[in-house]
Amino acid sequence: MKQIFALLSGLIFGLGLIVSGMANPAKVLNFLDVFGTWDPSLAFVMGGAIAVTAPGFALLFRNRQTPLFDNTFRVPTRNDLEPKLLTGAAIFGIGWGLGGFCPGPALTALPVAATGTLIFVPFMLAGMWAARHTPNISPNANKGAA
Amino acid sequence: METEFTPWLSLGGGMMIGASAVLLMATNGRIAGISGLTAKIFTRSSDGEARGVSALFVLGLLLAAPLWLLVSGGWPQQWVPSSPVLMAVAGLLVGFGASYGNGCTSGHGVCGISRGSARSIVATVTFMATAFVTVFVMRHLIGA
Repeated sequence: MKQIFALLSGLIFGLGLIVSGMANPAKVLNFLDVFGTWDPSLAFVMGGAIAVTAPGFALLFRNRQTPLFDNTFRVPTRNDLEPKLLTGAAIFGIGWGLGGFCPGPALTALPVAATGTLIFVPFMLAGMWAARHTPNISPNANKGAA
Repeated sequence: METEFTPWLSLGGGMMIGASAVLLMATNGRIAGISGLTAKIFTRSSDGEARGVSALFVLGLLLAAPLWLLVSGGWPQQWVPSSPVLMAVAGLLVGFGASYGNGCTSGHGVCGISRGSARSIVATVTFMATAFVTVFVMRHLIGA
């Protein structure tokens, strides 16, 4: 049952990205271009998503000890702001600004098979692989960070 | 090139994304973070069930556009403006940064902010800032 809902969640997520326009890099880049051809639409995507997720998660965690088809909620518990988080986010943002794709939209747009997408996705996977094989270079790296 | 401002469609699509995140948490107890789920598929050390669930979620993502084609008779409207070389560099940076920083737009931006996670709020502000600056530099300083 959990497998069916995982597939369904992915499908709804992908359709949401398509409906919202976020699977279109031109629209994402225009959102990021405040001083040019600005298209504020994506603020509404983020707003709509959080407006559902925040109360949804809150209700869920208040009313249930476990998920419906699993035995534990896997929610990150860390709250330290280590350099690795900031470095990763900063690098991610640069890539996002260069191509207009983040991972979800890129995978959703993959079957449309635009040349740029077909190039982006394998390089994204390579980047993920590289990150997992990069030692933590920050000074506090050995203080028990994951 | 200009794109049309679509507040209602974007709000509706965003709410679907939120519904998906709540559904995955309610049924599987997992964060709908695309970079994390994708990485899990390729990580041999993660347990089989986690890999399976992650793979099915990503399969659902991949099926969305074909389903859209089937129902509407056309692919979703899309344009990839950046050059192939730029897309390769962008892919590397996005993949590396998302994995190194433990999350992307979905994991930090949607799920993390919804949980009130300080890490996710800081990460989201950071990647938004570098993305805005990158586009400004590319479009208005370099003129690419």
